[in-house]
Amino acid sequence: MNSSAQIAGTSRAAEAEQYLTFRLDGLDYGIPIHQVQEIRGWTKVTPLPNSPRYIRGVLNLRGTIVPIIDLRLRFNLPEVPYDAITVIVVINVGPRLAGIVVDAVSDVIDLDPEQRRNAPEFEGQANRQFVQGLTQVEDKLLVLIDVDKLINHDALAQAADAA
Amino acid sequence: MTIDLTRFHSTFFEESLEGVAVMESELLEIERQVRRGGKQAAESLDAERLNCIFRAAHSIKGGSGTFGFTQVADFAHALESLLDEARSGHRLIDADTANLLLRAVDCLRALVHAAKDDGPAPTDVETLHAELERAQANAVAPAAKAVAAATASVWSIRFVPNDRFFHTGNDPLRIFRALIDLGPIATHADASQLPVWEQFDPQVCYLGWDIMIEKAMARDALDDVFAWVVGDCELTIEAPTATATATVVNAVAKVDEKAASSIRVATAKVDGLVDIVGELVITQTMLSQLVEDFTIERAAQLQAGVAQLARHTRELQDAVLGIRMLPLGFVFSRLPRLARDVATLLGKQVEMEISGDRTELDKAIIERISDPLIHLVRNSVDHGIEAPQERTRQGKPAHGTIRLNAYHKAGNVVIEVLDDGRGLDRDRIVAKARERGLIAADAAIDPSQIDEFIFMPGFSTSETVSDVSGRGVGLDVVRNNIRTLGGGVEVSSSPGQGTRFVIRLPLTLAIVDGMSLRVGSEIYILPLAWIAETLQVQPQDVTQPAGGPEIIAVRNEFVPLLRLDRIFNVTARATNVNEGLVVIVEADSKRIALFVDELLGQQQVVLKSLEPHCQRLEGISAATILGDGTVALILDAGSLVRQAHSAAAVLAAASNALHPSAAASAATLH
Repeated sequence: MNSSAQIAGTSRAAEAEQYLTFRLDGLDYGIPIHQVQEIRGWTKVTPLPNSPRYIRGVLNLRGTIVPIIDLRLRFNLPEVPYDAITVIVVINVGPRLAGIVVDAVSDVIDLDPEQRRNAPEFEGQANRQFVQGLTQVEDKLLVLIDVDKLINHDALAQAADAA
Repeated sequence: MTIDLTRFHSTFFEESLEGVAVMESELLEIERQVRRGGKQAAESLDAERLNCIFRAAHSIKGGSGTFGFTQVADFAHALESLLDEARSGHRLIDADTANLLLRAVDCLRALVHAAKDDGPAPTDVETLHAELERAQANAVAPAAKAVAAATASVWSIRFVPNDRFFHTGNDPLRIFRALIDLGPIATHADASQLPVWEQFDPQVCYLGWDIMIEKAMARDALDDVFAWVVGDCELTIEAPTATATATVVNAVAKVDEKAASSIRVATAKVDGLVDIVGELVITQTMLSQLVEDFTIERAAQLQAGVAQLARHTRELQDAVLGIRMLPLGFVFSRLPRLARDVATLLGKQVEMEISGDRTELDKAIIERISDPLIHLVRNSVDHGIEAPQERTRQGKPAHGTIRLNAYHKAGNVVIEVLDDGRGLDRDRIVAKARERGLIAADAAIDPSQIDEFIFMPGFSTSETVSDVSGRGVGLDVVRNNIRTLGGGVEVSSSPGQGTRFVIRLPLTLAIVDGMSLRVGSEIYILPLAWIAETLQVQPQDVTQPAGGPEIIAVRNEFVPLLRLDRIFNVTARATNVNEGLVVIVEADSKRIALFVDELLGQQQVVLKSLEPHCQRLEGISAATILGDGTVALILDAGSLVRQAHSAAAVLAAASNALHPSAAASAATLH
């Protein structure tokens, strides 16, 4: 870890970061592991009225009420029924907690910031804002998600919908 | 070594404000005695009360001097000097003096606040200071005790015998006896020089004393007492004006809004918590040992252990909630002063009787019940209690009585505000209600229903708008505030006998009595306090004038119908009104009919905030966790009612046109 830190001279945190990777509609995504609080299986949630459809509802996480976001719906991907390997990744952003529903979690990987590339502009779709960058791990494309944007954007959307 | 005095500032402010509170309550009591008994009472005033006030002023002076708040110190000094004259019998406390002292106490409180927040000093400091000094200058000597000696009366002495004090055949005891002969003394021993036991020499005097002696006398008398020992001790004698020893105020804690961010907890409560946690740890250890080498034969043991764990958890929950509990005295204590001030303003005589001020309530409720109570007391003085002449004419005592009473009842705290005034004027209320179109001109109404009208917005029957009340911002706000706390308020009254307000409050805000409702597959909780009634309606009761929102007729009233399944976008089982139930919800004096599939029953739920993880949602106030671990949302009655009525405002006009007979009722929808 230290050796890679020597090489890195970018403005970003010059240290290998660990990412949790998960699958969503055939593609691999990664989120920084330090923002992951826990991983749990899907359980029934309580729907929140007047909320965007991608907010599935709220869950009791040992006494704390946590909103659950379906990432497939959030990214406008086709909806699939939840099954035994559907998981909720509980992430924290500052004081806020939220759970994201993904198809399955895969791995924890070390990632050198040098390996990260900015996402190309040609996508031109709404989800671009949640993508922090792209990288390749063992010949597979990994999409790094900006968790802060994901959670805060939801807050805004929700406030707008409620108004 | 320098000591950072600012560390002690918060303690000083807290103690000073407590001192001010003590002064206020004692002064009120003195004033009451004066008013009751006239001159005789004034002379036989309870010396202990005066002492208590004096001591409080004195420690505020001492403390503010130490910490460099000179303005507070100067003012406290002026106040103290005046009090001292009264205390030493050189001055009678009459109604005027008591009034002046009370105003001075207010000013002192404002000064302490100013020092605390670095804010500007109150504007009346100079004038009051001058008034205090003037009052002192024309001291009225009581006829019986014309004492010429103008020297004030508390001498403070520091007396520290040196090591060889006993060797010269002297004894501090003798000095004290001589001092007691002169007048009452208070001493404080300084034992800081005491050595460890092994090095203790019985022939050496290690102690020193700070002595306060209360007596108007010349310094010579004191010098005489110490004449023999002057060479063998360190001695300072200070004339009364320069006393600076802090005395202990007997502390009656008082919550101040600004200082309410911290909480003083009785040590006993903390000890109790520690005990329970200890028990919890023991149980936990026992359980983990049990699990480590668990065999099925020990299942019963495990079961017992878990039961014990459950009991300790419950105890811990109660104890932790108990920490947030404060006695109602915190709020009650400021009401007598309020009643007095309002009564003085209106030329009325009012006495306040308080009972049950030890009843405990959640701190958050205590802080928020204060305004409604102030409102009710002010109302009672203004509207309830009659002028003295009128009272005498009716054969009542000239002074009215307002009684505050608090007690526990069925898991709730009940606060009663009773007065022995004229009671509610039902004729006027009915007239007013007709004028405002709240009731039909010829409708017959039940007396208790009439009383309820006073909780309607903009309903004031006071003949004149005064400083005190009668602006019509009133009891509707009181009722709403109390409902927000999960409680309720009722009024009953009998003409000429008085009025009685009964406030019912939950013990804590963390737990709410709720009704669980089912809509489709979802369960919602509606706090009981907002539910007026539940009923089953028939399709023909529902109208939808001009294609607008649905309304239903409930007896003589038209109420907007809110289908929870539609506004929350869930699939309900019942679509026809006769298949489900209608819950009449009342908030802000407006009603709505909430249509749900069924009621599941009543239960206590623990409130869980949705924030900060979720945004606030229209119609939802919080969430709770049900017995099976799932989350249920708690409905926000206020927001639902507002939602329905903003739609219904449009409808009211239409309903007037379509339903001439409903015009009067529809007006209530506004």
